[in-house]
Amino acid sequence: MLKKRIIPTLLLKNECLVKGIAFNSWRRIGTILPAIKVYNARQVDELIVVDIMATEENREPDYEEIASFSAECFVPLTVGGGVKNIEMVKKLLRAGADKVAINSAIFKNPKLISQVKKTFGSQCIVASIDARKVNNNYECFFNRGKKATGIKVADCVKELERLGAGEILLTSIEKDGTFQGYDIELIKQVTDIVSIPVIASGGAGNYNHMYEAIAKGNASAVAASSIFHFTQQTPLEAKKYLSLMGICVRKYLD
Amino acid sequence: MAVLIIDYGMSNLGSIRRAIEECGGDVIVSDNPQSLKSAERIILPGVGTFSDGMKNLKNRGWISILTEEVINNNIPLLGICLGMQLLADKGDEGGESEGLGFIQGEIKKFQPILKEERIPHIGWNEVHKLNSSKLLEGIPDKSDFYFVHSYFFQTKNEENIIAWTPYCGKFSSIINSGNIYGVQFHPEKSIPAGFSLLKNFLNL
Repeated sequence: MLKKRIIPTLLLKNECLVKGIAFNSWRRIGTILPAIKVYNARQVDELIVVDIMATEENREPDYEEIASFSAECFVPLTVGGGVKNIEMVKKLLRAGADKVAINSAIFKNPKLISQVKKTFGSQCIVASIDARKVNNNYECFFNRGKKATGIKVADCVKELERLGAGEILLTSIEKDGTFQGYDIELIKQVTDIVSIPVIASGGAGNYNHMYEAIAKGNASAVAASSIFHFTQQTPLEAKKYLSLMGICVRKYLD
Repeated sequence: MAVLIIDYGMSNLGSIRRAIEECGGDVIVSDNPQSLKSAERIILPGVGTFSDGMKNLKNRGWISILTEEVINNNIPLLGICLGMQLLADKGDEGGESEGLGFIQGEIKKFQPILKEERIPHIGWNEVHKLNSSKLLEGIPDKSDFYFVHSYFFQTKNEENIIAWTPYCGKFSSIINSGNIYGVQFHPEKSIPAGFSLLKNFLNL
């Protein structure tokens, strides 16, 4: 049976590993490479690395840096931040990314998803949606949650699936970094609409929050960051908990 | 052990190179088909669509030398993900096109049976042994490997299936014919079982 995944998210800002609250007040918590090595040794299911400043600073991803991450990462690696066109996707894949997360370009360059699908296949496209509730509807934002699009999440994810996205990384801006739990309503809304896998993100504070995102939200995977950076909780313990709750997770091998 | 990774513009070559190095192989990543002649093991990786994969192999002059080394000189070949699928007779991803025809079969798109069977099939899933093979030596039955794909290899002959994986019914996750092997998952991203498999391939 296909296992539910637990995916630590590593945010990169000026070569540092950082974490914020609700896409703001960023704290520096270390450097990325040692974190990747540790997660690798602990057999995490997958890793997501996002350069959160690339779009804002209007620069390309640092391919050499990504290659150095990938060289130490023997679990699947999704890389995002500043991905604008197919040439950048190609370079990231060549640098060792297994999947590429696309966020701002969904709105700025809508042709990108179908272009990447045609050349590299849907399986390497993670469409990253940052959502916030506006007048009782979830809407998409980009540029680290600063730019509103006025586009409803429900309409957007349907279109992304049609264009050829392989996965949706769905982040609740309001829940992000709060430890209050995932936005189950948001996750459920999206998993009901699309038939591609959905990665829930934003808000995990304990293992039961992950259980709820999977059991109630129907997420295929849960991404989390603060819980692993700032508490004693670990991906491995999370899997033990989920397993006890009847969720199918990957076995840890000694 | 000289391991040649075919660079035909379709892959996450960095991680495969590092994984083979960790497993003790001397890796050469090459975009020159002539380099196949000195290889003791060949790896055909691949991310992308079937039709683009075949087009690139053809246009870059790989097919005749690859066929010579694998079919006539019996050099062991491991196809990974799309690289496995290209071993088939044909595939229809990105328009119907002919494959290498090294192992009889066709590439088909998954048809979900259950609502929770989302496509692409992404994540860790079990590999169930069917026919014994040196490739899986020392690896526990039903070990988890990492998959990311929407199409699968439908073999013509069951004896070519070394292992299967439960999804949309079940599909062949490891196939073999003589010195030719294909794995649908990514061993280079599936520590620790994936590395055991790569070592077994080097030690065939």
